[in-house]
Amino acid sequence: MSASEDIRGGVHKSAQHDSAFKHVVGGAVFIDDMPNLPETQEVALLLSPHAHAKILNIDTSKAEACSGVAAVITANCIPGLNDIAPVFSDEPVLAEDLVEYAGQPVAAIAADNYDNAFAAIEKIKVIYEELPSVLSIQDAWDKGQFTYEPPKIVSGDAEKAIKDSDLVVKGEIACGGQDHFYLESQIALAIPGEGSDMLVYSSTQHPTEVQHGVSRVLGINQNDVTVEVRRMGGAFGGKESQSTIVGAIAAILADKCCKPVKLRLRRDDDMIATGKRHDFLFKYQVGFNPIGKIEGAIIDMAARSGNVADLSAGVIGRALCHGDNAYFIPHTLFRGWPCKTNTVSNTAFRGFGSPQGMLAIETIIEHVAFELKMPVEKIRSVNWYGTSDRNVTPYGQTVSDNIMPEIVDRLALEVDLPRRRKAIDKYNASHETLKKGIAMMPVKFGISFNAPALNQAGALVHVYTDGSVHLNHGGTEMGQGLYTKVAQVVSSVFQIDIDNVKISSTRTDKVPNTAPTAASAGSDLNGMAAYNAAEEIKGRMAQVAADHFGVDSDGIEFRKNRVYAGNENLSFSEVAELTWSSRVSLSATGYYQTPDIHWDTKTMTGSPFYYYTYGASVSEVVIDTLTGESRVLSTDILQDVGSSLNPAIDLGQIEGAFVQGMGWLTSEELVWDERGRLLTHGPSTYKIPGSRDVPPKFKVHILDDMPNKVPTIYRSKAVGEPPLMLAISVWLALRDAVARVGDYRFRPELNAPATPEAILLALEKIQVEMGSHTLNK
Amino acid sequence: MVRLVLNGKLHDTGDASPSMTLLEYVRENPNLTGTKEGCAEGDCGACTVVRVVNNKFEAVNSCLLQLGQVGSSEIISVEGVKNFNGGELSAIQNCLAEGGGTQCGFCTPGFVMALFALGQSPEEKDDPVIHDALAGNLCRCTGYRPIVDAARIGCIKNISYEQRPIESPPEKYQNDNQTFYIPKSLKKLVNLKGLIKGAMLLSGGTDLGLSISKERVVPENVIYTGHVSELREISETKNELILGAAVTYTEALDYIKKLYPSFEELIRRIGSRQIRNLGTLGGNVGNASPIGDSLPCLISLDASLTLASSEGEREVPIESFFVGYRETCLKEDEVIKNIKIPKLLNNQIFRTYKVSKRYDQDISSVIGAYLLTIENSRISSARVAYGGLAPKPSRATKTESGLEGNRIDEDLFIEASKQIPIDFQPISDHRASAKYRTKVATNLLIRLYRDLFGSENELEVVKVQ
Repeated sequence: MSASEDIRGGVHKSAQHDSAFKHVVGGAVFIDDMPNLPETQEVALLLSPHAHAKILNIDTSKAEACSGVAAVITANCIPGLNDIAPVFSDEPVLAEDLVEYAGQPVAAIAADNYDNAFAAIEKIKVIYEELPSVLSIQDAWDKGQFTYEPPKIVSGDAEKAIKDSDLVVKGEIACGGQDHFYLESQIALAIPGEGSDMLVYSSTQHPTEVQHGVSRVLGINQNDVTVEVRRMGGAFGGKESQSTIVGAIAAILADKCCKPVKLRLRRDDDMIATGKRHDFLFKYQVGFNPIGKIEGAIIDMAARSGNVADLSAGVIGRALCHGDNAYFIPHTLFRGWPCKTNTVSNTAFRGFGSPQGMLAIETIIEHVAFELKMPVEKIRSVNWYGTSDRNVTPYGQTVSDNIMPEIVDRLALEVDLPRRRKAIDKYNASHETLKKGIAMMPVKFGISFNAPALNQAGALVHVYTDGSVHLNHGGTEMGQGLYTKVAQVVSSVFQIDIDNVKISSTRTDKVPNTAPTAASAGSDLNGMAAYNAAEEIKGRMAQVAADHFGVDSDGIEFRKNRVYAGNENLSFSEVAELTWSSRVSLSATGYYQTPDIHWDTKTMTGSPFYYYTYGASVSEVVIDTLTGESRVLSTDILQDVGSSLNPAIDLGQIEGAFVQGMGWLTSEELVWDERGRLLTHGPSTYKIPGSRDVPPKFKVHILDDMPNKVPTIYRSKAVGEPPLMLAISVWLALRDAVARVGDYRFRPELNAPATPEAILLALEKIQVEMGSHTLNK
Repeated sequence: MVRLVLNGKLHDTGDASPSMTLLEYVRENPNLTGTKEGCAEGDCGACTVVRVVNNKFEAVNSCLLQLGQVGSSEIISVEGVKNFNGGELSAIQNCLAEGGGTQCGFCTPGFVMALFALGQSPEEKDDPVIHDALAGNLCRCTGYRPIVDAARIGCIKNISYEQRPIESPPEKYQNDNQTFYIPKSLKKLVNLKGLIKGAMLLSGGTDLGLSISKERVVPENVIYTGHVSELREISETKNELILGAAVTYTEALDYIKKLYPSFEELIRRIGSRQIRNLGTLGGNVGNASPIGDSLPCLISLDASLTLASSEGEREVPIESFFVGYRETCLKEDEVIKNIKIPKLLNNQIFRTYKVSKRYDQDISSVIGAYLLTIENSRISSARVAYGGLAPKPSRATKTESGLEGNRIDEDLFIEASKQIPIDFQPISDHRASAKYRTKVATNLLIRLYRDLFGSENELEVVKVQ
């Protein structure tokens, strides 16, 4: 594969996001911006006020009589199956006789406008019988309530290894959940066609799953349903499985009233009714030797799965697979506990369990360092995965591309950690109110869906006779620039300017049976599928050109928008025209399956990842010991992206993911009341980072000269999720600042998110310890 | 029918409800779908448009504005920005597009408008000002760095511009069963207030607007104070600053900055520019929320209110205006005319501190306000007020007594701060626990001491370089 030097927008260039100029004039069309078809109905939902209750009766008669109402639906009105489970089964669209979380959809109304639907919702009378609810991870864990069979990863004999170790530490740590807070809330527009046809515009990362969900709830074939998405206003995992319910409700209503139906979740309903990042509670015990080498680790990872399993098996599986981060642990027992609670089912969110698993192991590394009174970096360096030995993960995959130590060393040198630490010592000694802290975070992240079946993709490419190219593939655009990257690939294959490649909406009737755009794998999979499609057409065009010039097809070269045979050449469009007139197809599908991966879900072993990406960050923070307020002062990042398909887009992914991760670990706090009702359901109460929260010194370096060792698309690497975990450096730095207040004599008790309150509480504990320590002297 | 100038053209809203939000209107009727709904509560900024007032370009949240409020004003949406650059994209649009300032693009129109407004203002565009201008816009994709970079170079004033003249609004807008009154004088305002029971008294609408945008209330009668000349006045006497109740935070800022710099810093943390361009101090006071940011300051500064009705006017100390949780002594037929804030004496110091989860655009967990009078190297009088600790913003009377000692040192403040748990028994909610609130309220007195009398040069994380 050759890159592109002489065309606009080939691979490895910082081509702009294809919609950037539409975005800035308000001309990029999102689903809610599409002109309404005549008689389009809008929807309001009735959500359960109770966390756990039997539904004894639902009376919709008064609502049906309301002005403008076209259709009212409850579980009984669903023509097909009331089940949209993405992995398991029994996950209802509308609650039938039981509600299992406050906010669960019970009924929906379509009316001629939103206000009429909204007014009619109040007229539905539901009689509930409240049941006792389980609202915390610990409570569900104690009761043994799980959404599926708890999984575990076992290697060696961790219990014995810990028993035989010189030193052992035990502890607990917890991290909160996170709302996706995509700026465009969930939306679907369902348009009934002739017969049983249903066209659904859905803001989704997974059009195929919406298609399957709609066909299942309507009891029609998959070929009756077409799902289309041009772009999403952000997704971050929140529109992987969670968009299905929205599409399904819109389609059921559209089917019932035979009119176009638009369901746009208002912000509060979106946050209350749809899933979030899993919060986790970890309990661990670890055995190690006097230089900090870990001999064995048992980590229990209890996650809030919520009312149903949804994607929890994947999320917890990934947490278990990243509980090692970059460290070789000879004996492991990692147990996952998918706790069934009466709260909304948690779901995919950028990182998909890995951030949580890494947060646990990094807490452990810090704990070991504390116990040995050694720097964290020393503990890390004796535990890195090796290159020839000590290189097998707890789940049995050999780490064959490890560059973690080099990355960490380069970054440490770059930021001069020892000097920075000394400067902080000095600052803290001269400041009573404010205290600084600093920490590094290494990240090794496995690329590929854990479930091998999802690692496939398709593309459809047409070349028209004027030389313009139509590109379609199974990946979706949520802002991450996937459409641009795949267009760069096609532009490079044909050696034509990217302006000649038209990117078209993702549609289930163009490229079928797709995987979700997730797991950071969008460009790896779809880029390669599009590459294969374009290569196929290019081969045919080359043959036509060869015949025309009377040379061998090996002598044909595509270059600078032209096709060359020695000194002779034709423009790309002339060759396209020639190919058509020679009656050779200018259209091809492309297909790709990731090679060399396998995974056994029963034993939780295999080689699920095609490769790993590596990165590291250093963050410096300051905390206020009087109020617990904190701020990130600087962050340095070094991230491996292989040979970047688009350095500008990759930089955007790294920065954006980092800031999102920072929000998860600092200001973003989900709070429920004692009855299980979410209290933080809008931006006025749920605080994602703002522009001032971004580190004022924020240096991101992309590791250059480091092509992927495996043959991915132009040797690039995935980038969507890995940098999110770099934000753990912020949380570790906050812990460092707290620990410094007690001169590192006491371990900080600080969970995530480290809100001002959590930090002040942790400081208070240290101060109490110091007080009693002094008294004991 | 509401008449306004929309993207440079005279526009009539036809039979749209005068209480319909500007956002819903522009998206549906003229199909200006560039302006987005992200939250419908004025917190995400995706709905930002620019309102031109006296040739000043102000970013506002269109999700909170009722059509009646924008009658006779000039509104620019993202689709209209190019009009200011001869039909070409403005610099900020180019910089955002070329510099990676957009990813999903849903928040982008709001950022364009916030930065377009900043570009048209004469301020120096340094980083604190840029963050100030962006505090009302959330982006979940980019991590903001490229947006801030774009702002540094792209906030350039576009072609000179004369506001298109438009006749002043009529006395009322009427539609089906709704009347939106626009009194121009205090006399008319109090007459209406006396006559129309239960009318929504609307000032900036940054709080009441949520009842429209989220609870879908269709008010029968609205009385809008934004054109009442007496309520729009700012004046100064030798001893007082007098702010009309319908003066916006933005309009009050310069005056407050001059007289009470700490209060100005606080106001810059109330909402965002979009909110402060609409919200009024009178509205904040009338709302009487226990977490209204300006209220503890006004109590500490010993402000008073002029209340007016058709019977006449009366003056009440603001402290006694609040009688309980969201309850005031305002009578059914009364309105707040103005707020009088005494000027500081030479021996008085005023400070206020706000603590919240996020620095910008957040509602406080705790807010403390302190007015100290120093005589003979001692505090002769302290007026200390807190928000977020009680059902209403209240004074900490025992703490005040504790500060009035015979010396000034950290021990005095520590001792006095021990009275906080006696003065207040706060509640726990999603913003903070009771324990945290008490602890922070206590510790803020130590910050106060260190700030006024200590030797540390950095006391707040936001100020660390």
